Amino acid sequence: MSFFKKLKDKFTHQTDTVTDKFKEGLTKTRNSFTGRVNDLVARYRKVDEDFFEELEEILFQADVGYETVEMLIDELKMEVKRKNIQDPADVQSVISEKLVDIYQGASSASVDLNMQEGSLTVILFVGVNGVGKTTTIGKLAHRFKQEGKKVILAAGDTFRAGAIEQLEVWGERVGVEVVKQAAGSDPAAVMFDSLQAAKARGADVLLCDTAGRLQNKVNLMKELEKVKRVIEREVPGAPHEVLLVLDATTGQNALIQAKTFKEATDVTGIVLSKLDGTAKGGIVLAIRNELEIPVKLVGLGEKMDDLQEFDPEKYVYGLFANVIEKGTEE
Amino acid sequence: MAFESLADRLQNTFQKIRGKGKVNEADVKEMMREVRLALLEADVNFKVVKDFVKKVSERAVGQEVLKSLSPGQQVIKVVQEELTALMGGEQSKIAVSNRPPTVIMMVGLQGAGKTTTTGKLANLLRKKYNRKPLLVAADIYRPAAIKQLETLGKQLSFPVFSLGDQVSPVEIARQAIAKAKEDHHDYVLIDTAGRLHVDETLMGELKEIQQLANPDEIFLVVDAMTGQDAVNVAQSFNEQLGLTGVVLTKLDGDTRGGAALSIRAVTQTPIKFVGMGEKMDALETFHPERMASRILGMGDVLTLIEKAQANVDTEKAKELEQKMRTMSFTFDDFLDQLGQVRSMGPLDDLLKMLPGANKMKGLNNVSIDEKQIGRVEAIIRSMTKLEKEQPEAINAGRKKRIAKGSGTTIQEVNRLIKQFDDMKKMMKQMTNMQKGKKKGGFKLPFM
Repeated sequence: MSFFKKLKDKFTHQTDTVTDKFKEGLTKTRNSFTGRVNDLVARYRKVDEDFFEELEEILFQADVGYETVEMLIDELKMEVKRKNIQDPADVQSVISEKLVDIYQGASSASVDLNMQEGSLTVILFVGVNGVGKTTTIGKLAHRFKQEGKKVILAAGDTFRAGAIEQLEVWGERVGVEVVKQAAGSDPAAVMFDSLQAAKARGADVLLCDTAGRLQNKVNLMKELEKVKRVIEREVPGAPHEVLLVLDATTGQNALIQAKTFKEATDVTGIVLSKLDGTAKGGIVLAIRNELEIPVKLVGLGEKMDDLQEFDPEKYVYGLFANVIEKGTEE
Repeated sequence: MAFESLADRLQNTFQKIRGKGKVNEADVKEMMREVRLALLEADVNFKVVKDFVKKVSERAVGQEVLKSLSPGQQVIKVVQEELTALMGGEQSKIAVSNRPPTVIMMVGLQGAGKTTTTGKLANLLRKKYNRKPLLVAADIYRPAAIKQLETLGKQLSFPVFSLGDQVSPVEIARQAIAKAKEDHHDYVLIDTAGRLHVDETLMGELKEIQQLANPDEIFLVVDAMTGQDAVNVAQSFNEQLGLTGVVLTKLDGDTRGGAALSIRAVTQTPIKFVGMGEKMDALETFHPERMASRILGMGDVLTLIEKAQANVDTEKAKELEQKMRTMSFTFDDFLDQLGQVRSMGPLDDLLKMLPGANKMKGLNNVSIDEKQIGRVEAIIRSMTKLEKEQPEAINAGRKKRIAKGSGTTIQEVNRLIKQFDDMKKMMKQMTNMQKGKKKGGFKLPFM
């Protein structure tokens, strides 16, 4: 249980509100996921084919993708063979270790946002409809404002009814300027204006909203490429981040989303929204494993400060808190 | 990515067991594993999958498949039948109250598409049933949600009832219904705020609205891309409110949409409509058998046919048919046909609807270059009237001119002429074949 101890030590000494938030936000996730792993372990006396089949199902139900599940199960089987594990309780720790491996191992890419010190940082938000792009921008603007940065928001969703107004409300709430044009105008033109405004006013951060679009709409994806080109042209090195917002309740389609948006806009990070609502967090595993895009931020609620940095270790801790606490007490 | 269709998966399984000569129970088990995986990949809830597979394998083992000469086809048939049955019939009827106005409540998670669907539904009520709906902006929480509904109302010229975001949704609903009675609206559509199914306070608020408004319909709006959690969401909303229907949104994406099956299985509530696009008329009736094909990754041939029928000009098609028979098909007709195919939408989308298209050699991952078609059009347009009607008249000098005029090369012109000739030959063969059989008209594809 040294692995759990290490993790626990890391967090129990910190009175870390972030960890609490993660735990709070993931209570539902944990209850079902960990609970089921525990049930499984208690029910089986032997580590056999049926045991793995059921474990596979648990992972499926957590929205982990097919390939990731297969990989995980294969590796577990190997590990079990190698260490000659007979008791399901011993598999438990191996499962957790493997999960952390996947969270951490896939890429060395930083989960920190690529912020430019002393010059303008441009962050572009992309994603399908209704995932929470505008809300995420509002929350992030709030955070940067708190840090004393000068923030400008670009109302690039000129398509959906009320989208510009929605961003404006956030602008007022947070107290930052919103650059906009009339509904229905060219989003690339809005970006151009916003970039000019950001440069002229010496802003630190420009957060660019875009309209939600399904990834199979070729024309809309082309429009997004154009928006990005305008940003690239106006500010060398920009956009410094292209964040794909993914709804945590989304199933396997999230992988296709990530893949297609990456092709079109070279996504640098993922914001996993609505993680407080879903009972599963497994999609993170699949995303980390199958596409080397790091999850950078996590939306854990509807309040302004409910946006957190994604920390794989904390995430796993939140997911397995029950197991970990029980394990170290023994 | 592991998004193969069930047909492909079963095919692979059969290759493995082909040498055996006879399919036994173990093989059926193996096949069922494939069925299970296909459904899981489509986001059907795992418990639903389990029950379903059990049912199908009973039928499969019960002789039907084992005796069949093509067990793979048989399995697919059984699976599809069971899926369709599970999803129920087509039910897109909307309740009508004997004491108007009929009240419809729209509920769901955040970002599912409630407001957009409210607009679409109002549009449908007016267009199809000649009704006069009043839209009610009861989402006081999300910034500019009211504005969104108001904008939609304005676009479609529907009145929108709103009391701003400082009045409780229950009060808004109460006053809206009174207002609807006064103004003789026969439908009231209440757009509620998105909320988590586990949020007790907000779910309580919905119950209050329900008690007060006594709605005739409560529609759960669900994102078609929802994963395993769809079951929990639907169950929770259903237990607390008693849903009367489900609207599946964003089905114009490329998700398999297994959530549809999960929701239906868990709540027994009919899926009434599907959202197929961002335009306000993109709300369609739910077709269980099409959904079944989609979940299994078997292509959506029916939608393709419908699309073609809506876009192909019947008169023109008849004329074309005549031309093919008399072999007077020219480059002009070819151009016409190209135009008609293109008007059906991006070719990539059309291809995706074909069953097995993603497995076909050369077709998988190939995005069709629309520009290539543009070049073909340019070549034809650079021809003179004579050349279009009598391609055999195109000699070297003419080819050079055509290439120059269309900004292409002689090779490209040659290729097109060759393809055109081949096509004509094929037509001749087909018409000959047809003659031998019966007199019935030669049908073009897409007819």
